[in-house]
Amino acid sequence: MELIILPLAGALISWLGKSLNRQVSFLFSIATLALNLYWLSVFIPDGTLQFEQNVPWMNEGIRVHTGIDGMGMLLLLLANLLTPIILLSRWSMNQEQNRLMLPLILLMQSALNGVFTSMNGLLFYVFWELALIPIYFISAKWGSDNRIRITLKFFLYTFFGSVFMLASLLFLYWKTPGTHSFEWASLVAVELTEAEAWWVGAGLLIAFLIKIPVFPFHTWQADTYTAAPAAGSMLLSGIMLKMGFFGLFRWYLPLVPEVIQSQMSWVGLLAVVGVIYGGFIALRQNDLKRLVAYSSFSHVGLIAAGIATLTINGFQGAAIQMFNHGINIVALFFAISIIEQRMGSRSMTQLRGLAASSRVFAILFMVAVLGTVAVPLTNGFPGELLLLQAVFASNAVYGILAGLTIILCAAYMLRMYQFSMFGDAAEHQPAFQALVPSEWLGMGILASLILVFGIFPQPILDLTHASMTQLLEIIQERIALR
Amino acid sequence: MNQSSLFIIILLTPLAGFLINGLFGKKLHSASGWLGTLAVFLPFVASLMLFNAQAQNSEPIAFKLFQWLNVGSFQVDLSFQADRLSTIMLLVVTGVGFLIHLYSIAYMHHDEGFYKFFAYLNLFIFSMLLLVLGSNFVVMFFGWEGVGLCSYLLIGFWFKNESYGKAARKAFVMNRIGDLGLLVGLFLIYFQFGTFEYSAVFQKVETGAYRPEILTAICISLFIGATGKSAQIPLFTWLPDAMAGPTPVSALIHAATMVTAGIYMTVRCNVMFNYSPAARDLMLYTGLLTSVVAALIGLKQNDIKKVLAYSTVSQLGFMFIALGCGAYTAALFHVLTHAFFKALLFLGSGSVIHAMSGAQDIREMGGLKKYMPITYWTFLIGTLAISGFPFLSGFFSKDEILLALYDRNHWLYPVGLASAFVTAFYMFRLFFVTFHGNFRGTETQKHHLHESPVLMTLPLMVLAVLSIAGGVINLPHYTGASGQGLHHWLDPVLADQATHHHTFASEMMFAGLATLGLLLAFVLTRRKYVVAEVVPESDASMQGIGKLLGAKFLIDEAYDQVIVHPSEQLADGLYAWSDQKVIDGAVEQSGNITQWLGNFMRKIQTGNIEWYLLIMVLSMAVILGVNLFI
Repeated sequence: MELIILPLAGALISWLGKSLNRQVSFLFSIATLALNLYWLSVFIPDGTLQFEQNVPWMNEGIRVHTGIDGMGMLLLLLANLLTPIILLSRWSMNQEQNRLMLPLILLMQSALNGVFTSMNGLLFYVFWELALIPIYFISAKWGSDNRIRITLKFFLYTFFGSVFMLASLLFLYWKTPGTHSFEWASLVAVELTEAEAWWVGAGLLIAFLIKIPVFPFHTWQADTYTAAPAAGSMLLSGIMLKMGFFGLFRWYLPLVPEVIQSQMSWVGLLAVVGVIYGGFIALRQNDLKRLVAYSSFSHVGLIAAGIATLTINGFQGAAIQMFNHGINIVALFFAISIIEQRMGSRSMTQLRGLAASSRVFAILFMVAVLGTVAVPLTNGFPGELLLLQAVFASNAVYGILAGLTIILCAAYMLRMYQFSMFGDAAEHQPAFQALVPSEWLGMGILASLILVFGIFPQPILDLTHASMTQLLEIIQERIALR
Repeated sequence: MNQSSLFIIILLTPLAGFLINGLFGKKLHSASGWLGTLAVFLPFVASLMLFNAQAQNSEPIAFKLFQWLNVGSFQVDLSFQADRLSTIMLLVVTGVGFLIHLYSIAYMHHDEGFYKFFAYLNLFIFSMLLLVLGSNFVVMFFGWEGVGLCSYLLIGFWFKNESYGKAARKAFVMNRIGDLGLLVGLFLIYFQFGTFEYSAVFQKVETGAYRPEILTAICISLFIGATGKSAQIPLFTWLPDAMAGPTPVSALIHAATMVTAGIYMTVRCNVMFNYSPAARDLMLYTGLLTSVVAALIGLKQNDIKKVLAYSTVSQLGFMFIALGCGAYTAALFHVLTHAFFKALLFLGSGSVIHAMSGAQDIREMGGLKKYMPITYWTFLIGTLAISGFPFLSGFFSKDEILLALYDRNHWLYPVGLASAFVTAFYMFRLFFVTFHGNFRGTETQKHHLHESPVLMTLPLMVLAVLSIAGGVINLPHYTGASGQGLHHWLDPVLADQATHHHTFASEMMFAGLATLGLLLAFVLTRRKYVVAEVVPESDASMQGIGKLLGAKFLIDEAYDQVIVHPSEQLADGLYAWSDQKVIDGAVEQSGNITQWLGNFMRKIQTGNIEWYLLIMVLSMAVILGVNLFI
């Protein structure tokens, strides 16, 4: 709860305050992170819900009920770790824009923290929609060409998914016995017929698949990532899309275990198609942001494919990769933003030889690329290993097809790096200014995290292990009961 | 000294060297080179101590750092082991690595990225040590990917040149194709045996706890991985391009160490390959084909490093022939001797390039003998060793492979012999054209010609001695020496050593045949390139088969047409047609329909997004309100 209120308060103060706008915002985001870290230090990852708060809201069944389990903690950490860094990425930019943008980023943080802690279906839905509002304004107000149309499409698309989700939740709500309830436990306990479960599941699924996005619900993504300002792309790709995965884990799998095997087999297929599809398209993109967008689409496909295996390796691989994908993609967008700010271009055909101008930047950017390529001892590798293993074990053909990602990703990422960083700088090219401290700090933290979690992935896995095992048990129990 | 601390020294010194040079190298100036060299020398000393320990007791020495990953039954330890196989590899990596570092201090002296070069080299050594020291498949994979990354960084070291960058990317991506095979092999191992630890896996294989078809699938997958890293058909074309990197890199990574990783892995997994004749056959034929094809291409190359690169591919093919025949000792023996003489040849070519101010085309050289005598003599020794001149190191190791091939299949023996003959031919061609005759370069080049400094010639001389005497580590029986040292040394790691005993006469006959080929090659090339002073023709004037060889059998072009272009077209098609038109078109169309329906609303509302937001919030309120009354 405090994790929701603190950034919200920060947003208000920073918005109303006349000066020191960025300092105030940053301070609040750091305070939120500090609180989160403190909670982490007293958190016991045994699969139970902790830091629980539960007060009636509208009635007995519609409550403000929040709590944190292992997976929630992981995603909270991700959100609260990345928000200060996203703020840092704006530090040296247009202060006029920041007056409004920074509060919106904090508002987003607040909503995201709400999503990851809600244990009441309606509360979850409210936060889910709430998160859409700041990102909408960020993208529509400060995006590049065509932003209005693109953002509107994004908004309608995800909103379209949410409507189905709401319908499913409402249906479940009406199915709860006695006094109706949106409480997670009540919704889980609802007994559905096979057909009901199928429709309810499909409604929930569509919302989450759009948000992730899984093939073929992805066409809003590349446009939106490309048109949004860098901070918006970071929020969207780093944190917001994890809402989709979180939704799958918390609000889909345990709610309709009757049908997940059949539905997930389809999701698995689509996800693997997406891995290759996104990877191939990324091979030929020339806009750095668009390339990274398709790369991200390919990577999240692998996460979805891992979840679809319904195995512990797939779940744990998904958990660790959700976290690390967030770090890597934010690092990439950060780097691209640094390039764009200096060179006025994101086009690979116009960038050359930046490595010669700034060695520090070249190294930090390289680390981000290596993390994305999932070189061992960077953070991308453990998740990729677990996910590919899980997919391979459940279907060898899917495993090999999804495995193509290790080739494709190396090809497009290194192409991107080479074209932007290597070669000889063109004559008319403006000089590449050295990194300012805020950029240095932000990229430096991300690069360190990439290495640290590559060498020590186990703490992340320990955090979510009990939650994931329990979830799997709930699912298997329910399937066996049937 | 405590054995755990030996592991720490071996692994952490190069890593520390990488970090110090990477972070502060710029301030260290030329000291960074010595620091980097020291960071390899210390592990070399520690490796000698481990070797000594292994000589007394062949029990593997284990060392566990920590548990890296644990998801229920899926566990990976960051653990290491030194056994008889890994200690041999350790000595090669750190020993030859040390000499090459030393050489690089002089060779890279003027480069602005001097410290960066040593940082990368140290990182490479670290990765290579992970690869050979790991006690399970995942740690090996760490090293495997790590050396691939360093190879990428070092091939593209001179990053301002875009074609170098392209070569670096090609190397990395082609390696990754192999890596996918390796990864599949790892998953199959886990699927079949439930663990990644070597000892546990091999034990289960020996007790027969496996399904044969899965074991074969595992072996073939591992071999696919090996074809990438060890540059075998079909994944070999990256290696000649990799010559874009500085020459010490070619010597260290693309001749002596990294490219032998596939052979190391196969020897390591000999227990598995023993039970999979199909995989070994595949290896044998791939190796044979690669060795012949690469040797033929080598005949018509005029870039000094390219000749050596194709020669490396061809020699690696020889090693796979040995592995395919189950002659693991012979393969490893050749890894060792090849590390000596090929590192020597590459460093020698570096010395030549250094003297030629960067020129690499042998047609512009000639007569270098009198300007750089040490380089000349050591290069001669390398050439003789690789060609199999009697009693030099390459003679013994190659003979052992050819013998194994003969035992395996009499009819394949002539193919191997022919390949060895072609090797001698192109090597003497290279040698004569470079060092004999008259100098053909420009006057400025001629003025500049000089012998290299002692930091460069010293490693040449050491490697020359090793190339001459390297054979003693595994002398055949007919020499009368107690012999077969390596063979016996490897007994504990090799499950089933096939030992064929040949009569003295037949062994002499085989050795004689190979020597005859060598002499023939010597005479032919000498007559053509020294006596008649023929300069190799330019690429444009080549005819027929020579043109095809000069064009490298057009394999790169074929890959472009069959794989690269179609992939790019697929990518473009997916983007322009499928993504933008079909999928997004459908989305937009459904949006249009909704909009058409919504036109009615638009008359009342302004239709902009704030209204949607408002409606969203209102509808939520309505839902809640309704709920309150139910």
